[in-house]
Amino acid sequence: MEIERDKLLAMYRTMRRIRCFEERVRDLSIANEIPGFVHVSIGEEASATGVGAALRLTDRITSTHRGHGHLIAKGGRLDRMMAEIFGRRGGYCKGKGGSMHIADFALGILGANGIVGAGLPIATGSALAAVIQGRDDVTVSFFGDGAANEGAFHESLNLAAIWKLPVVFACENNGFGEFTPAQTVTSVADIAVRAQAYGIPGQIVDGNDVVAVHQAAAEAVARARRGEGPTLIECKTYRWEGHVVGEHAMIGTGQYRERAEIEQWRARCPIARMEKWLTERGLATADVFEAVAGEVRAEVEAAVEFARASESPDPKEVAEDLFV
Amino acid sequence: MALMTFIQAIQEALIEEMERDPLTFLMGEDVVLAVFGATRGLYERFGPMRVRNTPISEIGFVGAAVGAAMAGARPICEVEFASFFYCAFDQVCNQAAKLRYMSGGQAKIPVTFRAVYGSAGSAAAQHSETVYSQFLNVPGLKLAVPSDPADAKGLLKSAIRDDNPVIVFEHVGLGGLRGEVPEGEHLVALGQAAIKRPGTDITAIAIGAMVSRTLAVAEKLAADGISVEVVDPRTLMPLDEETLLASVAKTSRVIVADEAHLRGSAASEIAAIIAEKGFDLLDAPVKRVASLDVPVPFSPVLEQRAVAREAAIESAIRELLGA
Repeated sequence: MEIERDKLLAMYRTMRRIRCFEERVRDLSIANEIPGFVHVSIGEEASATGVGAALRLTDRITSTHRGHGHLIAKGGRLDRMMAEIFGRRGGYCKGKGGSMHIADFALGILGANGIVGAGLPIATGSALAAVIQGRDDVTVSFFGDGAANEGAFHESLNLAAIWKLPVVFACENNGFGEFTPAQTVTSVADIAVRAQAYGIPGQIVDGNDVVAVHQAAAEAVARARRGEGPTLIECKTYRWEGHVVGEHAMIGTGQYRERAEIEQWRARCPIARMEKWLTERGLATADVFEAVAGEVRAEVEAAVEFARASESPDPKEVAEDLFV
Repeated sequence: MALMTFIQAIQEALIEEMERDPLTFLMGEDVVLAVFGATRGLYERFGPMRVRNTPISEIGFVGAAVGAAMAGARPICEVEFASFFYCAFDQVCNQAAKLRYMSGGQAKIPVTFRAVYGSAGSAAAQHSETVYSQFLNVPGLKLAVPSDPADAKGLLKSAIRDDNPVIVFEHVGLGGLRGEVPEGEHLVALGQAAIKRPGTDITAIAIGAMVSRTLAVAEKLAADGISVEVVDPRTLMPLDEETLLASVAKTSRVIVADEAHLRGSAASEIAAIIAEKGFDLLDAPVKRVASLDVPVPFSPVLEQRAVAREAAIESAIRELLGA
């Protein structure tokens, strides 16, 4: 499948936006400017971006505790996201959700979720709603290797398979469930093989190759849209940062991976890889990359300023938004 | 008025609401054959798109109902026995209940859950529990517990039309209960208690199946000159505190009858509200009538001993009145 240059450059920009946003969130968390704790997806930009680029506005996603990238890839506004992460009224959820719970229903973002695996049944139901409504919208559930060991994963794949629902299960295998290496707690080396148990296609893709991810996702989305049912895609990637920013406050000096392993994966940076790919094909040059990086930095800074300027919620708002 | 059973009333509500709104659909365990009868014939009437048997897979299908509601449909999801909710607690309590609030009011989750609860007669503890109390401490859920056919129909119709998650708990023993149901459109607002029998000496607030038991006791005690006012909250969330307190103001004595285990029960919550807001109205302490704090036993002899029924209600009333 040939991808148009504009789309490729848009994907490049999305990855840059995610990287820059996440680095800023990490630094603001370390600087104690953000309440609570945050999970960032640095190094995993290609999976969010490649899948997100396969969706249209009326398609929907469910996301995870490490969800900023998914939201940005589905069109989420950086300023309202940042304000939510700050716990401010101008945030997407008026400060009631925070980093792990950002949603934008107008963009089909049914929400990040703090419970591992919880988004899979919700995405399955969202796909069912599309069928009931007679629409051909597709829902993508993003989740990690940890969720693949939850009952919710297995029940959702079964339900989506028996009803041939238009849902794509996008697993980002980043190697770790919290502080535990995935291979030590998972019965199979490849989560994608679990698709076989439910009679649906399962595909492994290099999760740091945005073009490969996009091609796999576009195919799965098209299949779902045609009414041919769900697909499981496993994006093999890696979490550069800790489970949570400032994790050593939780785990002390404990180690759960080698420094060399992180360095190996940093050498496989999805952004650098795409730059090389675009350059080799004569589709973009270094000045384009620099320009994008500069524009994105300015955008993220504006988002931070928006968040800082946004008011805190009024304590009176505590009882609002519980019921319709 | 039309005379019908509790189950027939539920069936009428389902049919009327599914006729009314094409975005409503039914899903759950064995809804096609209809284990308890309420959904019988609906598959033939509405077809496979809108009447869906699910696998026995509560996390999956309860969560899918929540997701379908978030995405614009109006699911009616049957969880066969209410104890099965435990399998899907996350999807009910962390997702359905919280996502509207957590999304700053963006999510609209018009899902209705129906589940059979209560002591059935030797079904043992995993099929006999009264579980609504467990959901009372979760903000974001509405809870309805009908006690007769008219309320079963009216509350269910309101629940389906409500844009929030509502769980309707139907006592297993009430299915065959017959009663008059108003003809035509019959809605019972969520959050409106009903005086099921007026009285002057004591208020008996009763929930679900405890209502008909309390009514039987009241009838019996009338022969002894004791006048019991039976009040049915009908929904535990929202709770019509005003009607409950007005009755207490009239009688100055109150028992709260609930089939749940005593500790942490809905009866406990109602008793606390009355003690806090109606202390000056009372001539005697609030008395709770509820089941023992043991899992509902299998043996009929033990079950009889564990589950609160007419005898417990009667002795509580007599105790408070010194009669």
